[in-house]
Amino acid sequence: MIRTHVGIPVFRDEGSRTPVRTLLAVDTPQTLIDLDAVSVRAGSVHILRDVALEVNAGEAVGVFGANGAGKTTLLRLLATLVPPSAGTATILGARLDREERYDVRPRIGYVGHVPGLYPEMTLAENLAFTADARGINREASRDALERVGLGGAADRLADRCSHGMQRRAEFARVLMTQPDLLLLDEPHSALDADAVDLVEALVARTSSNGGAAILVSHDRGRVASMATRTVEIARGTIS
Amino acid sequence: MIGFGAQVAAIARRDLRRERRTGEVVWVTLPFGAIALLLVPLAIGTDAPMLQRIGPGLFWVVVMLFGVLISVRQTNAETTAQRDQVALTGLDPAAIYVGRAAASFVLLVVFQAALGVVTLVLYDVPVEGLVLLPVTFLVVGAGLALLGTLAAGIVSTGTNATALVPLLVAPLSIPLLIGATQALEALRLGRSSLTWVLMMIVTVLVLAIAGVLSARPLQETG
Repeated sequence: MIRTHVGIPVFRDEGSRTPVRTLLAVDTPQTLIDLDAVSVRAGSVHILRDVALEVNAGEAVGVFGANGAGKTTLLRLLATLVPPSAGTATILGARLDREERYDVRPRIGYVGHVPGLYPEMTLAENLAFTADARGINREASRDALERVGLGGAADRLADRCSHGMQRRAEFARVLMTQPDLLLLDEPHSALDADAVDLVEALVARTSSNGGAAILVSHDRGRVASMATRTVEIARGTIS
Repeated sequence: MIGFGAQVAAIARRDLRRERRTGEVVWVTLPFGAIALLLVPLAIGTDAPMLQRIGPGLFWVVVMLFGVLISVRQTNAETTAQRDQVALTGLDPAAIYVGRAAASFVLLVVFQAALGVVTLVLYDVPVEGLVLLPVTFLVVGAGLALLGTLAAGIVSTGTNATALVPLLVAPLSIPLLIGATQALEALRLGRSSLTWVLMMIVTVLVLAIAGVLSARPLQETG
């Protein structure tokens, strides 16, 4: 078990009720993200243009850029939620222009800047829904909430929780599902120092287990502290 | 990956839990439906024979209009962030469609039963044909749930798609409306209602097939 300096147990592989699996399957290539001249358009507007990015297992890449630079669209592309309109994109070995992209979705952990919790469900119920959908033991949802310091708020409705607590719950979901590819949009947003430690530990753990993490932010300094390298995105192009 | 049935159950359980907390059907839609049924006798007066004659038809019109709203609302109350998280669970979109329709189906059966009692009280509808009523409730509930879920899937694909809902729902709900009214009328007159029930079942099957086949494309364009 690794603990943050505030004593929140972040990882508990041994003895955890959460199903622990080998993060990288045998058939997973070393290159987890391979974007080659990828563009994404919304109507006639190019949101991403000729993006090239290669991320290998063990890396944590910080992507920084101004508002409207295309950061969130890049993350949603990497999460297979937005299809490329041109170029070749391969995520966790799956081409995004083929149906195989659906198969890798459960291996991706995505925390957007807007929480995806259901406000009329408790934090535990929100995570239990994901656990049910993924075939994970429901107990893992409470376990994950404990690990992010939300054990006492597990039965609180999501809309009664602060934005920061909702973000923590999203990170608990990622802890529970143990993704190979971790995608974080503005990972510092609305988080206190303890929670930032938690995110840093989560990123480090994903990378060290052979996965990869992508962190996007408008603030280079913030993502640089967690990343193994940084790239800049401006007007939809990575430099 | 869990089986199709477990995926359907996970989605249906989530939707019913959300409805239990918000109470939209019980505390908003159901009272409005009852008020709609109440307003007609107030408007046309207490002509008992007329009320008895038009009661069943009015009941089904109210069920169709409010029922589709229930189903569309139930399945369209998701943000992009919530939809993203559902997509990343890897659930089969067809299972999501069926699960949402299943939750709406439960709510619609309850909705019909409650409005049915209101109709019996306000319109003094004769009880002939009531034997078939539970079967009709189930078939109409399934049809409206599938139709509303499909319509909500289309709505979620983009801006201005909301305008398509009436255009989509109106023609597809007509077979259900005609089937429901005519099945009970046939029974009341001592005729076979099998044709009408079969027509509704065929409509339900067509909606189910259309919804399952379109689930993946609608999820990806949503």
